[in-house]
Amino acid sequence: MFGVPLALAVGGGEGFYILLRRMQAQTYDPHALPSPLIGKRPPAFNLPGAAGMQGFANTDIAAPPKPMLVNWFASWCVPCTQESVMLDRLAGGGLAIWGVAYEDDAQNLQKFLAANGNPYQRLAADVDGTTAINWGVYGVPETYFIDKAGIVRWRYAGALTDDVVASTLTPLLEKYS
Amino acid sequence: MIPELGHFALACAVALAFAQGVVGIFGPGLRDPRAMTATPLLACSHFAAIGAAFLALVWAGVVSDFTVENIADFSSAAVPLLYRISGVWGNHDGSILLWCLILSLCGLAVALFGGELPASLRARVLGVMGLISGGFLLFTLTVSDPFVRLWPPPLDGAGMNPILQDPGLAFHPPVLYTGYVGFSVAFAFAIAALIEGKVDAAFGRWVRPWALVSWCFLTSGIALGSWWSYYTLGWGGYWFWDPVENASLLPWLTGTALLHCAIVVEKREALKAWTVLLAIATFSLSLTGTFLVRSGILNSVHSFAAAPDQGLFILALLGLTIGGSLLLFAIRAPVLAAAGIYAPISRESALVLNNVFLCAIAAVVFTGTLYPPFANLLFGIQLSVGAPFFNQTVLPLAAPIIIAMGVGPLLAWKRADFYPVVQRLYLAGGVAGVVFLVMVADRHIVAALGLAGGVWVLMSACTDLAQRVQLFRIPLAHSAARFVALPRAAIGAALGHFGFGITVLGIAGMTLAVQSVVVLQPGQSARLGGYVWTLTDMHDAPGPNYTQRVADITVANSSGVFLHLSPSRRFFAAQGTTTNDAAIHTNGFQDLYSVFADEPAGGGAELRLNVQPMAPEIWLGGLIMALGGFFSLSDRRLRVGAPARRKETVAVTP
Repeated sequence: MFGVPLALAVGGGEGFYILLRRMQAQTYDPHALPSPLIGKRPPAFNLPGAAGMQGFANTDIAAPPKPMLVNWFASWCVPCTQESVMLDRLAGGGLAIWGVAYEDDAQNLQKFLAANGNPYQRLAADVDGTTAINWGVYGVPETYFIDKAGIVRWRYAGALTDDVVASTLTPLLEKYS
Repeated sequence: MIPELGHFALACAVALAFAQGVVGIFGPGLRDPRAMTATPLLACSHFAAIGAAFLALVWAGVVSDFTVENIADFSSAAVPLLYRISGVWGNHDGSILLWCLILSLCGLAVALFGGELPASLRARVLGVMGLISGGFLLFTLTVSDPFVRLWPPPLDGAGMNPILQDPGLAFHPPVLYTGYVGFSVAFAFAIAALIEGKVDAAFGRWVRPWALVSWCFLTSGIALGSWWSYYTLGWGGYWFWDPVENASLLPWLTGTALLHCAIVVEKREALKAWTVLLAIATFSLSLTGTFLVRSGILNSVHSFAAAPDQGLFILALLGLTIGGSLLLFAIRAPVLAAAGIYAPISRESALVLNNVFLCAIAAVVFTGTLYPPFANLLFGIQLSVGAPFFNQTVLPLAAPIIIAMGVGPLLAWKRADFYPVVQRLYLAGGVAGVVFLVMVADRHIVAALGLAGGVWVLMSACTDLAQRVQLFRIPLAHSAARFVALPRAAIGAALGHFGFGITVLGIAGMTLAVQSVVVLQPGQSARLGGYVWTLTDMHDAPGPNYTQRVADITVANSSGVFLHLSPSRRFFAAQGTTTNDAAIHTNGFQDLYSVFADEPAGGGAELRLNVQPMAPEIWLGGLIMALGGFFSLSDRRLRVGAPARRKETVAVTP
């Protein structure tokens, strides 16, 4: 009976140890915001193009030839500016990135693309933000990984960094290519 | 140069702490008198070394030495002096150093005031504290060094998080940490007693004052933090059931249980193993609280940007401290046989009941707090446990404590009769009943239960004192004389219970709070809680390191305008953040609370207005509880220290 507290403490300690190791390996994030879209196709939408580019609908990403990213961003968002370098690099590497400009103004968007480069193959405008609500977008920038079956496999809220690309995106690309 | 000296002092402190640990723990076994005299001296020099390191860091903060990375990251030249000092412990590295400073301060206190203790016990207590301190100092020195230099230094620091720039938060961490860390003394006593294999009345008498001091600080620390979040964060609440708040509540619950059952050990030599376990559990929960905050393992509003490898280091320290002490407990606790026996209805039983329910609450809070990460670990699901869970589980468990709190102090030791005690409480019960009926008639069931409970507790605390001085049964002058002659511990206990009753009243009253969010143009009014709130003007005003927009509000009742409130939105350019400075007016029994939330595009001001009945009582009660504890500490019995140990007690078998 006197050993019960010890057993509890040992069990708890082991649990914490595993959690911390998973945090280090970035397979566990206590602040993670689970996306309801993981394992599903995005809900129906049809968004017009922006900045002179072609928009897209859910049917267009139902069966892409290769795994692709859908990147939500806005010209008024500071981390999006920082993220554009990474997106340009990924697009340069041959990854298909389709963009959605979230609650953005056409003129500002033009200026943003001119200043930061345009990594997007297609660019849609979600002017009133309703499609973002249906997707469960938490904020911009936010990136969704869609496999060849059109199913969302991963969602990342925040600007993509070298760490995230190396630890998560690259393995995902290898797995689903 | 000064930061280097601080760094050096920190390194010295690590060596001194481990020396204190080794000499203290192994010295008594060698029966070497030099070891016994060396430990207190080591404790003093260990404190002096950490003190020097801490002062060096404070100095770097005061003179804004931005070559120290810690200062450059969390301070700036524009920050006022008070916050340049408090900023030192407003970040991860500095706060761990403060934690170590307070731990060594506790060791100093044991070295200075522990003269009455047997020399071997004192050495062992200091030894245990030295080892804990050494572990955390090593953590500070290796993975969270606050003295890391930065070159070239930035022209100005990054500045301090604006919501931390507040006098309440300058004092909240030191007070709270003193509470957390103070329990290390009770812990060290428990470990030393397990090593010596002897827990007796004297143990209860030695542990209680230390546990009491820490409990007072912890109570004030929690109250201060809750008050700060109430007036700074501008959301009108006082307790969020955030993991970090729960982490401070857990040691408070077990610490409260410890205080009560140490009395049983002292008076009746019963519940020994349980008391030792509580002493271990309380400090372990304090440590776990630190770990949870530092490792970022829990999703909390209290963010300390810390890396997981720091978390692993702390987890290893925790494993050694908690695992080691519980292992020792498992091996040695069976030796601790209870001597005292008592009847089912007695003071002892009431205290056992108190312990059972306090620990049940602690278990529930613990489970709710840790369920999210463990649910993820075991079942792979992501979830959060919030206020509804805690409110529904904790309140039913608090009800029996509130009822028992009224009866317990009036029960006699060993064997008591229930009915005479109930008869003496007719007044408390009657008043509580009337309050309940009045509020039920007003259709506020939850508030009715809470207010009746609060009134019951504070009336029965008064009844306890009135009984002791035989108020109205002997002439008043005699009663007064008896009151002066009462043991201070008795008055302190009644005061503690009285304060708890006041807090219960405050929490119950807050369930009647009303709030409204309105957008007003200057000149427009809104009605809330029987008052007319009018926005008269909006204007800019200067501040030391921020600019602010102020909304002027007048509040009127039926007899006209009686109050001006000026909530403001402060813009801190250095961080690009805006804080809402709430304007609160209190009359002691009700708060009128206003927040200038936003300036909408259509002009005017978005205001959050709250009328919060009994809100001040929540923190007033906490203050009274802490005062009760301090008053009890001034009891002669505790100051004189423990008498010589009793002769071998004869075990009585029932």
